[in-house]
Amino acid sequence: MESTATAAKPQFSEAAQAEIERICKQYPDDRRKSAMLPVLHIAQAEFGGWVSPEVQDLVAEVLGVKPIEVYEVSSFYTMFNLKPVGKHVLEICRTGPCMLRGSDELTAHLERITGAKVGGPASEDGLFTLKEVECLAACGFAPIVQVREQYYEQLDTPEAVDAMLTELRNQVHRPALPWEETGLPNAVANN
Amino acid sequence: MGRKLLTEHINVEGIETLDVYRKHGGYRSVEKALKTMTPEEVVEEVKKSGLRGRGGAGFPTGLKWSFLAKPEGVPRHLVCNADESEPGTFKDRQLMSKLPHLLIEGMITGSYALGANTSYIYIRGELLYVLRILEKAIAEAYAAGFLGKNILGSGYDLDLYVHPGGGAYICGEETALLESLEGKRGNPRNKPPFPAVQGLWARPTVVNNVESIAAVPVIVNEGGDEYAKIGVGKSTGTKLISACGHLKQPGIYEIELGLPVEEFIYSDEYCGGIWKGRELKAVVAGGSSVPILPKELILKTAAGENRLMTYESLSDGGFVTGTMLGSGGFIAMDETTCIVRNTWNFSRFYHHESCGQCSPCREGTGWMEKVLHRLEHGHGRMEDIDLLVSVAKQIEGNTICPLGEAAAWPVAAAVRHFRDEFEWHVTHSQQAAQPGAVYPGALVTV
Repeated sequence: MESTATAAKPQFSEAAQAEIERICKQYPDDRRKSAMLPVLHIAQAEFGGWVSPEVQDLVAEVLGVKPIEVYEVSSFYTMFNLKPVGKHVLEICRTGPCMLRGSDELTAHLERITGAKVGGPASEDGLFTLKEVECLAACGFAPIVQVREQYYEQLDTPEAVDAMLTELRNQVHRPALPWEETGLPNAVANN
Repeated sequence: MGRKLLTEHINVEGIETLDVYRKHGGYRSVEKALKTMTPEEVVEEVKKSGLRGRGGAGFPTGLKWSFLAKPEGVPRHLVCNADESEPGTFKDRQLMSKLPHLLIEGMITGSYALGANTSYIYIRGELLYVLRILEKAIAEAYAAGFLGKNILGSGYDLDLYVHPGGGAYICGEETALLESLEGKRGNPRNKPPFPAVQGLWARPTVVNNVESIAAVPVIVNEGGDEYAKIGVGKSTGTKLISACGHLKQPGIYEIELGLPVEEFIYSDEYCGGIWKGRELKAVVAGGSSVPILPKELILKTAAGENRLMTYESLSDGGFVTGTMLGSGGFIAMDETTCIVRNTWNFSRFYHHESCGQCSPCREGTGWMEKVLHRLEHGHGRMEDIDLLVSVAKQIEGNTICPLGEAAAWPVAAAVRHFRDEFEWHVTHSQQAAQPGAVYPGALVTV
């Protein structure tokens, strides 16, 4: 993150700002901090799939809290990526019910075909980051991978995995969120 | 086939829209409650129904509602716990994504009963796509006058919002959930004070599971006494069971409480038996936290009676020979399953999800994971087996929240019922450490 000193201060798009204000109105006026998690989700979607210290400072500014109040939250919840990620983060469920239906084999298979390693940097083409996560609450459709807001289920055949990866490779923009007209290009930030 | 009180219309096309939902009787409980009943009368019906918290604890919902403090001039809240994260459990996700208006209807009727004017659905962050579905349905409900000011001309106001989590199992614990809703780390609070007195923003708050709230409309429509006619004894009504693992037909099943476990597993109406023509080895019947039982003990109690899907029957025999209904996360394991590996997997889960506040849980879960890892990977020692039991005992009862018990029970139960298999992992360590190794001993050891 040596380049961050010169990087321009991040700013939310107008659409995201409007969405943040809508969300803040869901809580009492003096409880704006309650919007922490929804705003962090928006920030992660806006800024390439992870939340840098600068982005977290921006979240603090928007919510009117101290930066440390954001850091302590972003480091507690597993959905927030604190390091740069590839274009698509594949979150593979590794918990019991998925393991019973082949999640270990799925992880090994994904490592083989993407070249990325779980917990490591993105694949060399910058497309995929692999992350193991705990139970995604879809155990009856195991094994499962989550990519952003999409669940890919019953990935127990090479064909099913291929179909998922082809779909992701063909995505130029990430899918638009309800308050956006089009999805943002999801910048590859694995430098 | 039993009655389906929640999911009867779940596969109707367009049921996620307000129009279709209303055509199938939707929002009747809101009209009935707001126009013809006092809030106290609604609470009374829920009490009479015998409904017990469907998130896992099984505490009577009506009783929980009656504990809500009502100090003058202080707003109170109903918060729906949609942080479904207990391994093996996926019923709330199905219910919310397919029947969003059922939860919204329950939230309106429930909020009216509790005198809440602002209510929240706290949904786990991974389910952002379900949050979108709920927000769309909520917008429809506002447009139709079921939410907002002066609902149906009754003078009652309600705003309803959906709030996402960020990925943390612990936020399913109700005080951790409230901390999270306040924008903080999900550290469970010391109790008392209980949320009913000081909950969200220190205001009186009731936190209920999705499935509990979704049962409120039918209870109000048909009456608590009618609801209580279904089921057995203190296990009234229907329950959503999340069937997963090595079953032929995994999925969500709404059952009348009292269904025999054997019928649930083997009948084609439900799970259709074990996949690949294999034998059943063990079941975790109520989500990963509850004790695992070998085939013989899940099908019949120690006294030889048929085990039923009820709170009482599943816990018959206590933790020596019984288990719990819990969240209804029903995980079946076939004869090729390695119990040590599965126990290690669950321990890793609890270690990962421990919030770290209490030393016995923070350190103990890590210790159990480490010992189980070495047993599974061929480096275990015979004394490790009793060490596991000892660590589990020292966690249990010594933590702020029940995550400690949730981590300790599965380990203690696995050793209790499958000690031979643990010992084999020491005596045949190289063989046991091979991927896919199957314990060749007696299928069931009681």
